[in-house]
Amino acid sequence: MATPTLDKADGAGAPEAGFADSPYITATFRIRRFNSEVSAEAVWEDFQLEIDPKERVLDALHKIKWDQDGTLTFRRSCAHGICGSDAMRINGKNRLACKTLIKDLSPEKPITVEPIKGLTVLKDLVVDMEPFFQAYRDVMPFLITKDTNEPTRERLQTAEDRERFDDTTKCILCAACTSSCPVFWNDGQYFGPAAIVNAHRFIFDSRDEAGEQRLEILNDKDGVWRCRTTFNCTDACPRGIEVTKAIQEVKRALITRRF
Amino acid sequence: MSKNTVTTETATSGIGPVEGASLYDVDHPAPLIEAPRKRTKKTPKSTRGNFEMYGWLFMRLSGVVLVVLVIGHLLIQLVLDGGVSKIGFAFVAGRWASPFWQVWDLLMLWLAMLHGANGLRTVINDYAERANTRLWLKGLLYTATVFTILLGTLVIFTFDPNIR
Repeated sequence: MATPTLDKADGAGAPEAGFADSPYITATFRIRRFNSEVSAEAVWEDFQLEIDPKERVLDALHKIKWDQDGTLTFRRSCAHGICGSDAMRINGKNRLACKTLIKDLSPEKPITVEPIKGLTVLKDLVVDMEPFFQAYRDVMPFLITKDTNEPTRERLQTAEDRERFDDTTKCILCAACTSSCPVFWNDGQYFGPAAIVNAHRFIFDSRDEAGEQRLEILNDKDGVWRCRTTFNCTDACPRGIEVTKAIQEVKRALITRRF
Repeated sequence: MSKNTVTTETATSGIGPVEGASLYDVDHPAPLIEAPRKRTKKTPKSTRGNFEMYGWLFMRLSGVVLVVLVIGHLLIQLVLDGGVSKIGFAFVAGRWASPFWQVWDLLMLWLAMLHGANGLRTVINDYAERANTRLWLKGLLYTATVFTILLGTLVIFTFDPNIR
C-alpha cells in the first residue's frame, strides 16, 4: 500500500518528465576573497556552478568549497537560520547565507558575496566578531536582580509583560544589523543595534531590576543617541526584529525617566 | 545529485600565483586592519553625561519651532506684500522697531545656528575618523557658530535706524 504522497509523485511524474528542461541553472558567484598570507588586498573571484535556483546561497558556497576551491573560508554552524554564524553581504545587502534562496537574487547576473562590513576581515568571509561581542557584553545581557538569595520558585510574569519585549528576544547575534549600520562603519565605537536590542530585551523585562544601569550605559556618548534612524538594521535583520523601533523605545525610556 | 556537478571556474582574480616573490607568506601575513572598539590605553573613558540626550531633544524641539519661525520669515520677506522687491533698509528698520520682530529674529538666529551647528557636529562625529580631523573641524565649526551668533545678536540689539 503506497502512501498518498508517493502515489502523487509517481502520478505527476514531473521530475522525470522535466529531464530535458533541467531545474539547474548556471550561476556566477563573485566572492570577495582575502588571505593575509598571500596579499594585503582583498580581491573578487568568480565561481561558476550549476545549481538549483531553489537552493540557498550557503549550498552554493558549500559546492564551491567542496568541489572547486577548498581554501574558500566562511562560517556556518546550524545552516538553518538559528545559530547566526553565516551573516554575509550578499548582493550588497546583509543576509544569512542559509536563509537566502538563489532564485530571489536574480541569478542571471553575478551574485556578489562579501564579508559583513565594519569588522576586521580575518580570511575570505570570516570577520573578527570580538568588537561586536564586546559591545554585547557591555550592556550586561543577563538577568540581574536585587535580592541576592537563591530563588525558591520560578520568577513569574504576566503574558502582557512577556509580550513587551518579545520582539527583541528573537536576536541570534549574527551581526547583520550592526555591520549594516553606517554609524558603526565609521569608528566602531557606537554600541550598534545588536547590543541595544539585547539591552532592550532586559530593560523592558519586568523580572529584571538593572534596567536603570543599562539605560545609563546606553546614555553614553556612543550609545543610543548616535542612532540616525536610517533603518538599515531593521532591513538587515534576518529574524525580522524591528531593530530601529527597539532603539527608539530605549531613547524614549531615557527621556521619560528624566522628565 | 550527479547533475549538480560543478562546471568551470573562471579565476579572474589576483589570488593564486602572484607575479614575482610575494611579500606575504604563512610566517609573514599581511597586517590586518585594526579592530574597532579595541580597548587600549588610549581609549577614552566612557562619558556618562546627559549631553547627548539633551542635544537629541534640542534638535527635535528646535526643529518644530524653526518650522514656524522660518516659514513665517520666508513668507514675510519673499512672498507677501510685494515680495523681495520691498526689502530695504527702511523695511528692516520698520520691523525691528517692534520688540515682537526683534524677539522673532533673535530666536530664529539662535535656534537656527545651534540647530545647524549641532547637526554638523554629529556629521563630523559620524564621518571624520581621525581624532585630529574631528578636533580641527569642530574647532572651526564652534568658532564660526559663536561668531555668527554674537554678531547677529549685537546687530539686533544695537540696531540704529537713524544711522547715516
